[in-house]
Amino acid sequence: MSGPSLMDSLFQRTLEDLIKGLRQQLIGEQAFISKALEEIRKEIKSTDLSTKSTALLKLSYLSSLHFHDMSFATFHALEVLSSPRFSHKKIAYHGISLSFHDSTPVLLLITNHLRKDLTSTNEFEVSLSLQCLSRIANVDLARDLTPEVFILLSSNKLYVRKKAIAVVLRVFEKYPDSVRVCFKRLVENLENSDPQILSAVVGVFCELACKDARSYLPLAPEFYKILVNSKNNWILIKVLKIFTKLASLEPRLAKRVVEPICDHMRRTGAKSLLFECVQTVVTSLSEYDSAVRLAVGKIREFLVDEDPNLKYLGLRALSIVAPKHLWAVSENKEVVIKSLSDADPNIKIGSLRLVMAMVSEHSVAEISRVLVNYALKSDPEFCNEILGSILSTCSRNLYEIIVDFDWYVSLLGEMSKIPHCQKGEEIENQLIDIGMRVKDVRPELVHVSRDLLIDPALLGNTFLHRVLSAAAWASGEYVEFSRNPLELMEALLQPRTCLLPPHIRAIYIQSAFKVLVFCLSTYLMQWGSTASSASPDNLRSGVSASVSYESFDNLSVENGADATVTRGQTYTSASITNESILNLLNLVELALGPLFESPDVEVQERARNVLGFIDLTKLELLNSSVQGEKDLERRGVECSKTIELMHDAFSKELGPVSLSAQGKVYLPDGLMLVENLVGMEMICADIEPPSSNLFSFGIPYEEKDGVSFSNLQIEADSEESNEATSLLAEHRKRHGLYYLPLGKSEIISNDYPPANDPTLQGNINDNADDLVKLTEESLVPKRKSNHAKPRPVVVKLDEVDAKPVGVKKAEYKDDSLSGAVRDFLYGMKDMVPTSSQSNLPGKASSKRKGKEKQHTDPHVETKGNLVDYGNPSSRRRKHRSHGKERKHRSAREKNAEEREDTGQKEKEKSSYCHGRHKSRQRAEEPLNVSAQTTVIPDFLL
Amino acid sequence: MIKAVMVMNTQGKPRLAKFYEYLPVEKQQELIRRVFAVLCGRAENVSNFIEAESIFGPDSRLVYKHFATLYFVFVFDSSENELAVLDLIQVFVETLDKCFKNVCELDIVFNYSKEMTLLENIFWIHTILDEIIFGGQVLETSSAEVMKAVEEISKLEAASNAITLIPKSASGWRSR
Repeated sequence: MSGPSLMDSLFQRTLEDLIKGLRQQLIGEQAFISKALEEIRKEIKSTDLSTKSTALLKLSYLSSLHFHDMSFATFHALEVLSSPRFSHKKIAYHGISLSFHDSTPVLLLITNHLRKDLTSTNEFEVSLSLQCLSRIANVDLARDLTPEVFILLSSNKLYVRKKAIAVVLRVFEKYPDSVRVCFKRLVENLENSDPQILSAVVGVFCELACKDARSYLPLAPEFYKILVNSKNNWILIKVLKIFTKLASLEPRLAKRVVEPICDHMRRTGAKSLLFECVQTVVTSLSEYDSAVRLAVGKIREFLVDEDPNLKYLGLRALSIVAPKHLWAVSENKEVVIKSLSDADPNIKIGSLRLVMAMVSEHSVAEISRVLVNYALKSDPEFCNEILGSILSTCSRNLYEIIVDFDWYVSLLGEMSKIPHCQKGEEIENQLIDIGMRVKDVRPELVHVSRDLLIDPALLGNTFLHRVLSAAAWASGEYVEFSRNPLELMEALLQPRTCLLPPHIRAIYIQSAFKVLVFCLSTYLMQWGSTASSASPDNLRSGVSASVSYESFDNLSVENGADATVTRGQTYTSASITNESILNLLNLVELALGPLFESPDVEVQERARNVLGFIDLTKLELLNSSVQGEKDLERRGVECSKTIELMHDAFSKELGPVSLSAQGKVYLPDGLMLVENLVGMEMICADIEPPSSNLFSFGIPYEEKDGVSFSNLQIEADSEESNEATSLLAEHRKRHGLYYLPLGKSEIISNDYPPANDPTLQGNINDNADDLVKLTEESLVPKRKSNHAKPRPVVVKLDEVDAKPVGVKKAEYKDDSLSGAVRDFLYGMKDMVPTSSQSNLPGKASSKRKGKEKQHTDPHVETKGNLVDYGNPSSRRRKHRSHGKERKHRSAREKNAEEREDTGQKEKEKSSYCHGRHKSRQRAEEPLNVSAQTTVIPDFLL
Repeated sequence: MIKAVMVMNTQGKPRLAKFYEYLPVEKQQELIRRVFAVLCGRAENVSNFIEAESIFGPDSRLVYKHFATLYFVFVFDSSENELAVLDLIQVFVETLDKCFKNVCELDIVFNYSKEMTLLENIFWIHTILDEIIFGGQVLETSSAEVMKAVEEISKLEAASNAITLIPKSASGWRSR
């Protein structure tokens, strides 16, 4: 051991050597460091403290800048700490503050070292140990060293005193009971005239007030004095931070401080102080108009300043003021919008937020247009930031600010065509959501969807696939509004759709199916009407009957829809001829044929559905078109039955459904459910649950019924040879109980209202349980011309759409500390506690020493508010284990206090403190139990 | 509360790292890396603030200053004033500059050799920083006061130690 040690000390590399060597090394940095670490491991075991400390210093360097773990050296650091030499101590403290943490095993061994240095006569040694304590203090260290810190709080060396004040923050945080000892002295330091001391103590209070401001309200007069008298900007900033917290709690206080703060705002030349004043005013004093005006004026100065920092901060201040004083943003509109093209991303995002804050019902179109233009010019990241903001703002509260949905839908289409757009998913959701909620917008939705689908270039952009899936779905679901279904079909089946992922392709195919059925049924109807030479009205009523069903009860809606349908119909009927139908069928067969064997089940199944349907109808259609007129009617009846059936199935309207809808379904009287659905297992073994539909959020039970019904029908009709179908049918027969009812009459007989039943939409107010609710938006008459048409109805769901407001953070996070502080402050100030603080001992407590045995510690009681009981109570148990030590200590503490305290009143108070302290110790056993049940005893008062 | 102080060069190599809450070294390394990733993408003449919440968690702000080859980065929370912290970086850099003036006579505030000087005096830089920031709280904002304290400490250290640990370069300014 002595051999290498001697060598080490003679030829040891210093830190400087190490750093230089590291720079000049030729063997590679990692190799060099491992070699150095090897040396260090050897050297640090040396008995020579110089060698050891140098090794520790090198290790600290490697740990802090090359990120090598130094936990193996914790004990060696303690050894170096025991050296009498200052330079060694300094190295040791440096290493310790880098590497020690709460679960370092040797942490408790440091207590005596720290205590020794805290009581040293050398202020720099004291400073080192305070510095270390501020980094590593845990519960035990904080508790055991509280007396030493207490003494240092009134040290006559300012250099030491300011650090002692700063360390109090950590001590309080770790060991709240130390408040009883140190708090008074901390407060006394607020009266100190030295700016260094004042700065330190105000800093501590600022940190404390950030955690729980209410406890420090009684100190407001002291802070006020500082606010008025201090000339030091650092101190003023901290005091302003404190008042920001306090003023929002106590309106009377706000009234007092608003004038001094405005004074500072007018007078100061320091931007930092000015900004802090502005921030205080806009955050906590926003009721004081003159102050806000002054602050907004200063914000404006910031905004037009050359310095990007001031501009950034100005924008931030503006965003704080925006919710309450929107005029402040509007006044600075030009600057804000101009900042959208700033070089600094922070400023751009800041101004974007502000622009979004200005959006209202009237300005949304204009602002969105400006923003989309900016998005086109911006880099991808900011472009998506803009698009994201538009999407979230416009969809807020069920598209609250959107009046013209046609415009909005076309905006969505436009946005998805922006090259950098990566918001496909959000746009998809909104397109479908709007389609389902807003009936009036469907024609435009189909139009926009068509534009998207028909462009083959868009299929190559993977970010757009989600949008295309929505477009495909919408154009299939609302195909009756399409001006040219044949064109739509071509778009849906174009060869480039093979670029789509399978699940979206499946949606394309399903939509193609819907379009196909629509075309055939239109064709049949047209053909039927000419064949039977029906009245010209027939077409119209036929279509509207098949399209709108009973769902278009609302008169105005019906009229609008009918008109569109008729228009579309005229166009369609002109273009759908025998030939075009044949082409259509051939196109579908050609496009979907290869998918018959698609590896993706979803694609395969849907392709087979369509092809099966065509098999079923094609022959008859072909025949009927070839054969003479006589035959037409007879044959037509057969195949049109199938087509009509499909058409009916698809024309049932889908609507948004509340997630909790199921819960609102009454249990029918005669229904007996097997307990815990035991029987379901048997069934589930036979059949897989329906795969989660992409748009599953929107399928109400009756629609589901419709779909399953129709699926069954298709398969039963078209592919009877198919084994699965027959199995399913058989299954249905056996377990009919678990299937939803087949016939429509049964639906009506159910007790619960169908989700989208339009008959209920009228008298919604009578039925509180109604699933569907309409927004009765009162129409604003003085709208601009483009807003002239009334806002369409947006279907709302009562529960799901009322999004829960973000849960507020627990107010008293640091409850044990604030409890202790309040306890102390309210006791000290002799204030009569208000009802909310009734658990705090008032002035009477000092006279009631006799009763103090029953005295429950408020800090234990307030724990009731705490969310998790685990922490404090476990800490409490820890305290108990140190019970003996503590009694001993508190005696020492008392001595210390008596030495220091001179004033009689003070003495009385400190003895009160200790009285309480002891009584708490005595009462601790039973308390531990009562702590769990949160009783607030009134007998204290 | 100041959460962290970092100095790194324009290649992303850390030259000083001080975190005021204990963090495992791997975490420190990751944070520095992420900060650098943001810093190096920023143009000149833009604001000195970065949205830091994605890196350091809620209620985090970041101010940095760029001198030649070095970034000086301070991370803090809402109980500090942004512009005041910016001033504080200035104080810190000025103090460093005064302390190590005679090492490098070049005009540029910091250059590579100066960066190396700083690195070799890393232990002293910690001492300087500790005088300014104590356990995350700003205790001293006057460069002169800091210099005074550091000078005292270096004297004390020299007196306590026959073999001086102060690098020659740093001991120069002490005798001035």
